[in-house]
Amino acid sequence: MQELVVVGNGMAGARAVEEILARGGAEQFTITMFGDEPHGNYNRILLSELLAGDENAPLDDIFLNPWEWYEDNGITLHAGVRVVRIDRFARRVYADNGSIVQYDKLVLATGSRSYFPPMEGLWADDKTLTPGVFGFRTLHDAMAMIRYARGKHCAAVIGGGLLGLEAARGLQAHGLDVHVVHGAEGLMNQQLDAQAGRVLRRSLEGLGMVVHTGTRTTAIRRSADGAVTGVTFTDQTMLDVDMVVVTAGIRPNIGLAMVSGLETQRGVVVDDQLRSVDDDDIYAVGECVQHRGEVYGLVGPLWEQAVVLADHITGANPAAAYHGSRLATKLKVAGVDVAAMGLKEPERPDDEFVQFSEPSRGVYQTVIIREGVLVGATLLGDVSKVAALTHAFDRRVPLPEERIKLLFDIGVPAPEVGAAELAEEAQVCNCNGVSKGALIACVREGQRTVGGVMGATRAGKGCGSCKGLVADIVTAALGGDLEADPAEGYYVSCIPMDKPQLMAEIRARGLYSVSAVFAALAQDGAEHAASKMALASLLRMMWAEQYVDERDARFINDRVHANIQRDGTFSVVPQIQGGVTTPAQLRRIADVAERYDVPMVKITGGQRIDLLGVRKEDLPKVWADLDMPSGFAYGKSFRTVKTCVGREFCRFGLGDSTRLGIDIEQRYQGLESPAKMKLAVSGCPRNCAESYVKDVGIVAVEGGRWEIYIGGAAGATVRKGDLLATVERSEEAITLTGRFIQYYRENARWLERSYDFVPRIGLAELRSILVEDRDGIASRLDEAIQHSIDAYRDPWQEHRRPASEGQFRPALRLTEMPPR
Amino acid sequence: MSACHRIERVQCEAVAWRLGPVGQVPVGEGRAFVVGNEQVAVFRLREGGMRAVAAVCPHRGGPLADGLIDGQQVICPLHNHAFRLIDGQCTTGESPVRAYRVSVDNGELVVHL
Repeated sequence: MQELVVVGNGMAGARAVEEILARGGAEQFTITMFGDEPHGNYNRILLSELLAGDENAPLDDIFLNPWEWYEDNGITLHAGVRVVRIDRFARRVYADNGSIVQYDKLVLATGSRSYFPPMEGLWADDKTLTPGVFGFRTLHDAMAMIRYARGKHCAAVIGGGLLGLEAARGLQAHGLDVHVVHGAEGLMNQQLDAQAGRVLRRSLEGLGMVVHTGTRTTAIRRSADGAVTGVTFTDQTMLDVDMVVVTAGIRPNIGLAMVSGLETQRGVVVDDQLRSVDDDDIYAVGECVQHRGEVYGLVGPLWEQAVVLADHITGANPAAAYHGSRLATKLKVAGVDVAAMGLKEPERPDDEFVQFSEPSRGVYQTVIIREGVLVGATLLGDVSKVAALTHAFDRRVPLPEERIKLLFDIGVPAPEVGAAELAEEAQVCNCNGVSKGALIACVREGQRTVGGVMGATRAGKGCGSCKGLVADIVTAALGGDLEADPAEGYYVSCIPMDKPQLMAEIRARGLYSVSAVFAALAQDGAEHAASKMALASLLRMMWAEQYVDERDARFINDRVHANIQRDGTFSVVPQIQGGVTTPAQLRRIADVAERYDVPMVKITGGQRIDLLGVRKEDLPKVWADLDMPSGFAYGKSFRTVKTCVGREFCRFGLGDSTRLGIDIEQRYQGLESPAKMKLAVSGCPRNCAESYVKDVGIVAVEGGRWEIYIGGAAGATVRKGDLLATVERSEEAITLTGRFIQYYRENARWLERSYDFVPRIGLAELRSILVEDRDGIASRLDEAIQHSIDAYRDPWQEHRRPASEGQFRPALRLTEMPPR
Repeated sequence: MSACHRIERVQCEAVAWRLGPVGQVPVGEGRAFVVGNEQVAVFRLREGGMRAVAAVCPHRGGPLADGLIDGQQVICPLHNHAFRLIDGQCTTGESPVRAYRVSVDNGELVVHL
């Protein structure tokens, strides 16, 4: 058992201990905590609310950890005791009540204190503020202010930052006239740009506050008995007030670290494991920490630090590392909603800056975009878009072309409604019927990641188009508590690697089968059913004919080369290249449909013929009788090329679209890919084959040229493809199509359709890689896809010899299935 | 589903049904059998050992024998509900399926219902 001593019993110290306990820390450590304040740990954020309330209001809500929590977890708490010195060589801490405690590991969570700028008359003596002057940091400060405010008429709040405005609002609630005195020109200038500051000022003045900006306070005037009577400004003007609250910033408490010989600058300097750079046994967390030059004064970073600290100190994850926090805050400042993240103003000449201002309503909004990524946003007065923006900010997701859509729903339909505006009963996942309320309930039951909630509710597990909204709702429901989902970037959830890492590892170790990948890379070498299909696809793409095909790694569709239907029967779609068929083919299809009592024959959207309701045991006979290749209507693979009739017959046709479509389908048929791929070739810009909304869509234009669009969609998501290139000859169109497909196969996440992949990578990037060959990989991509093409075999030839015992044996007694 | 002709009663309490050679079920896959009045999906684990659960997914009647498996669970091919092979419990919120004891005797599958 090791001795763990935590200096500081505030939100950071207690949270760090909670995280340590959650990782089984009670078995490893005997825990002792020192708290300067004579209470248990309380929620400092609620002090504003407390100040606005009644002195006798119950304090239950503000305390985070009651005394019992310390007892129940075997923690020795020294409340109201200050640690004054650390003997790092003897590993002891000395406290001001004479106690000495031995430690093996020490955590400094000393927080910060109010900063009092020099002002004449501020102090009664060395340690005591002039009666009527307050800081606003502790429970004691808040209670003392409430008591003092009774019977007073007028207060000055010095410092118009977040805390100052909260204090001002609190004092107003006690009936005082409040003046906010702020040195800078804009209120809350840490978070807001000047214009936002002005809009906020207007809102606060509307609430009855008097705001003085660009004004410093030089002196506090006092009465004969020493109490506050007013303040004097730099321009010698004076203001009569009964009390003064100083909220001019906070300073990290680093005195203890400093006298104990630890590196301190603005805060205690720590490494990525939150350890003092001087001493591996001393950690620090919270506002007293300086990490990579940053000192944080908000609660979000503190939570993130506590997790890393706990992971590392308990050994739960020795590789845990803190990389700094991206600051995104959402607050109510004096009753006004404010959300701010990242940059408050554009910094570089080519930063995009979208600004909306409506001062009469107190609304001001900006977004700042750099290289297509959201790097900053400010929302004042109307924060309805905060969920979507925070999501975009944290995840660097693609942004709408029309940037203003980030701030407004301009005639967009329901799916883009922000998470916050949705009613609880609104259905979010339309595939699996999951409501917003169900997602929130799942969070309340303890799920802490987006992936966890999706797994538990199955929201987003259908077509996937609601994933963004699900993430928004879960993020909002968790408040600051969202835990990063480490599995999010993994190619498959059971192997902690993204796709490039995984591919490198597979290549380096020569893993040719799915079972070999599990054995070598998965946790405990255990196989994982939900990962099999993704790995099978990846390995086949990488190894082509060298791939060791294990049938059990295939999804049923790929085992029997047909698409499973709701009743356990299958659909059979023979290949009809480019949608061009012959009377002989049609006759054969008709014969087969009759011979096997096919319940439905359907023309598909991909210009093919679908035989639906084929019994599993009939599949090999159906293929043999059709004598046509598989159309791959069941796979995560290249599927079809839709075409219009083109130049041969159409009087508008500019190019031979059917010929090109057939050539493309012949060449790339059946290639496995991260998600299905549907293509089209149109003979003119009238676009009868719907090329603009295909994964790859080709359009003939005047002059014998072909335009190649990528990343289009007209399914659950509708998106017009981006123009990758315009080429002179159809051979170039075929090559470039293949190059894009191969790049997509190598770089897209599992089940990531091209309409997500293309905007994620960026059109400009794809152009320079695929068209301009910036990275010199074009010929390698061309060779790689040729390799896959050479290894292609029509799977319907398996009718000659089944690939496994009972491959086509039925898995259900079909007669029992109710008709739809 | 091929009817099982070689079914015979071996024990009295839990009745043991002999389903024929274990080779009917390829490694890592499942196959369905009619056992008495039940439809049973029998799986052969890659790590060795057999598992058996009711063949029909309680959600929308999907064929569990066609599902992907690992050492722990089977995933229904229709809507991805997952069931623990050992006891039939659903890990995705559906009702459970019945699980059956299954063993191999002299190269033959034996399911106990």
